[in-house]
Amino acid sequence: MTVTIMIVDDSKLARIVAGKAIGALRPDWVRVEASNAQEALQLVSEQQIDVAVLDFNMPGQDGLELAADLRKSYPNMPIAIITANIQDEVISRARAVNATFVNKPLTEDGMSGFLEGAALRLKQARR
Amino acid sequence: MTGATISLDELERDALTEVVNIGVSRAASSLRKMVKRQVLLSVPSVEIVTQAAAASLIGQRESENLVAVKQEFEGAFSGRALLIFPETKSLELARAVMGDEATDDQVLEIESEALAETGNVILNNCLGTMANMLKQSLKMSLPEIIRGNGEHLFARTSDANKSALVLFLYINFSVQDRNIRGYIAMLMDLPSMAALKILIAGFIDRVTEDVG
Repeated sequence: MTVTIMIVDDSKLARIVAGKAIGALRPDWVRVEASNAQEALQLVSEQQIDVAVLDFNMPGQDGLELAADLRKSYPNMPIAIITANIQDEVISRARAVNATFVNKPLTEDGMSGFLEGAALRLKQARR
Repeated sequence: MTGATISLDELERDALTEVVNIGVSRAASSLRKMVKRQVLLSVPSVEIVTQAAAASLIGQRESENLVAVKQEFEGAFSGRALLIFPETKSLELARAVMGDEATDDQVLEIESEALAETGNVILNNCLGTMANMLKQSLKMSLPEIIRGNGEHLFARTSDANKSALVLFLYINFSVQDRNIRGYIAMLMDLPSMAALKILIAGFIDRVTEDVG
């Protein structure tokens, strides 16, 4: 069964870096990209998205607001917030919407825990 | 340099914005520890403008005098980094850093010192993170407090060429539940821009390596 992961970041470079890490760790997953929250919401309305990786600091709606929006319609979707902003409030807001906190600059190591957890949750949900 | 204009292509600008964003996010996390309130950040702006235009970009938004902590940095690329506040907000920042138990006199007395120290932590954090990502080391000068309008803050003692182009990076920030807001700004001249462009290209190569 195919897994589709959505990468949302206003920075094209950051999307490339995230895509590269995800591609190395989960080569069989399909990757789709959005450059802001609006595009992301459009994407999820058009196609099946199983996992979402969101940048925090974006113009317009930020990643945590987007996560909260996604959470309303997708209570079980694995969501990661990627940021170098490690303020307590940011971390606790991520927790409140049940999103995983992943540190920027993004590395394969930093991403692997989230992707493993996500894969496991998807497997259980589909069983 | 032959005086040719340096420009950044879309991916270079994007990469530079991302590096600044990560640097500033780290700096905000440090400031959060000092003021014990959440620090809110804008998305960074990256512009190539004249020094005069950079000064007015900030100056025009503020009606009151500004206070800035300035540090010069030097290395593969050189320039100036500033933490800027409207004058009344700088007192609020000193108060937030010192804690609510400090008296008004105490706050006034050590305002400059508190600002210099706060600026030092924030600017070092920001530039240090950027330098690490670009695999360079930067030497930072001691923090210096300057007061005045935007033009005064951005003026350079060595050359007063206001029409010279500079790379101007800035972010607005504010502190939640406190009447504090300001800017983090960086200015670099043409030779530094050229050096930075090369480092950014190297950074893009490193992080996109093996991508088909």
